[in-house]
Amino acid sequence: MKITMKIIEIFLYFFQKQFYNLPINQGKTMQEIISQQEVKKLEKVAYKIRMYNMYCIANLGIGHIGGSLSLIEILTYLYWKEIKVDPKNPNWDERDIFILSKGHAGPALYSTLALKGFFPESWLNTLNKGGTRLPSHCDRNQTPGIDMSTGSLGQGLSVACGVAYGAKLKKKNRRVYSIIGDGETEEGQNWEAAMFASQKKLDNLIALTDYNKMQLDGTTAEIVELENLVDKWRAFGWQVEKTNGHDFSCIDKAFKACHNTNGKPKMIILDTIKAKGLPRLENKVESHNSSLSIEEVKQLYNGEVPSWIEK
Amino acid sequence: MDREIRQAYCKALIDIANKDERLVVLEADLMKATGTTPFKDLFPERLINVGIAEANMLGISAGLCIEGYIPFAATFGCFASRRAFDQFYLSGNYAKLNVKLVGTDPGVTAAFNGGTHMPFEDIGLMRMIPNLIIVEPSDTISTEKLTKRIFEHEGCVYLRLHRRTTPQIYSNDEEFELGKGKILIKGTDITLIGLGALMMNEVLEATKILDSEGIKASVIDALSVKPLDKELIRKEAENTGILLTCENHQINGGLGSAVAELILDENIQCKLGRIGINDQFGQVGTENFLKKTYNITAADIAKKAKSLLKRI
Repeated sequence: MKITMKIIEIFLYFFQKQFYNLPINQGKTMQEIISQQEVKKLEKVAYKIRMYNMYCIANLGIGHIGGSLSLIEILTYLYWKEIKVDPKNPNWDERDIFILSKGHAGPALYSTLALKGFFPESWLNTLNKGGTRLPSHCDRNQTPGIDMSTGSLGQGLSVACGVAYGAKLKKKNRRVYSIIGDGETEEGQNWEAAMFASQKKLDNLIALTDYNKMQLDGTTAEIVELENLVDKWRAFGWQVEKTNGHDFSCIDKAFKACHNTNGKPKMIILDTIKAKGLPRLENKVESHNSSLSIEEVKQLYNGEVPSWIEK
Repeated sequence: MDREIRQAYCKALIDIANKDERLVVLEADLMKATGTTPFKDLFPERLINVGIAEANMLGISAGLCIEGYIPFAATFGCFASRRAFDQFYLSGNYAKLNVKLVGTDPGVTAAFNGGTHMPFEDIGLMRMIPNLIIVEPSDTISTEKLTKRIFEHEGCVYLRLHRRTTPQIYSNDEEFELGKGKILIKGTDITLIGLGALMMNEVLEATKILDSEGIKASVIDALSVKPLDKELIRKEAENTGILLTCENHQINGGLGSAVAELILDENIQCKLGRIGINDQFGQVGTENFLKKTYNITAADIAKKAKSLLKRI
């Protein structure tokens, strides 16, 4: 059975390469599945980033905890497996571009970038404090590794479209990634960007929706129902994958599906849980911007404290 | 037949694009109005028509900057300012990128499109954005040359652009600098400071009326609202002691306000009068009808000048 599958795979690989000249996942065979060993490794990284994220916000006492914690796995996957970056040279010309359109999830991204080595982990103590280089919402002029200033929702995807169009114009092999929030999807500018990306066939653009189904004032179902989100993006001419945003094998599969086609921009809709990993707030609307104490995080991690935490 | 200002704008873009690959031009379904079709014919991939989506156009422009391009994004001034303000503010200016935003059809020149399309407040809005350069040329030569200076400047710029045929003010060899105005007539009694092709024409007409009554007016073409050419204005304030600003824009928030602030901040001793739209919305009509309706004609300028000189 396995051998038959492999033969079909190889056939498909050559078929696509020969007849459609489709880019085949940067030289790897298309269905190569992520190993359990690699999943374990990513889970370890995610564990650390989630802990950093919680301590980082707890250090201040309050923050956008819910929509940060729903992003930990995708950020881990992006920075440890997917995106081409160099932490020692954040402005490296050959890098991929990542735009966190839901800028309020800055703390999750800062925790990721710190662990990746873009800046000292000790900076995580300074979140939102006067004079910090880690402001609540992402700022490209403050933080190494942040490609775009965001915070006024709905703008990031347009910017990502601009980079993607520019990269194509330069015939540059650059991918552009952007995470938008589910509530953010209510901003009409996203749909302007959606039409543009499709019109210009920006297949070097991979957008992701953090679909935790909650926004500040309530569930998205109560405020503005987004369903059917898959159909919406498909109707706008995008390739759409929907997957579990906390499962590395699922995430991996979704990216591979994206890399195996061209001609269309891609949207990965990540089913996520707001405040994932923090039982008191998990899947609760009030997690959007909530207080959090060092004591609570310490208890959650059985006394484990990162070395960078300033007492 | 004189060139239209938009032809000068497009020529400048073509000249730049021939030498520099970084230039890209963005339109939001107003390419035919802005007059950049010849650019599209020469550089089809470098003219990006995003459709009727000004917010998206400003975001895309910001993204193109990240990729190293220098975008000129154009639409009617009302949409450039009122509609896409936050995108220009955040994705362009706050992010310290290099977006050049072009707002055409300033003030009453939106004529037959009427009040919905009449930007009377664009300069006021733009002036509040830190470090933004605000330029309004007054003829084809100043447009062509200032467009090139804007391209060379590192940072966001708002270019307010009349796009039709207006009388020529400058000769071909005149050179321009961002942040600098021009003194066109050196007089002794009063200094008229105008802004934009439409108003400069009215200002120059007004000097003829004044001259016939023995009043010698100096004339400054402001060209740049932000930064203001402080030195030039200060010198003229010392020379005539009376300044009269003339703009095709709300009387508050634009050139007149900028000059008033300069006088106050730097304790310049002079009188100041302001001609502009007096806290009103736009409406439909010919340019002449609208100029009269909003009291921004040469006759209105001359009248105001005389009242400042206590000649009325």
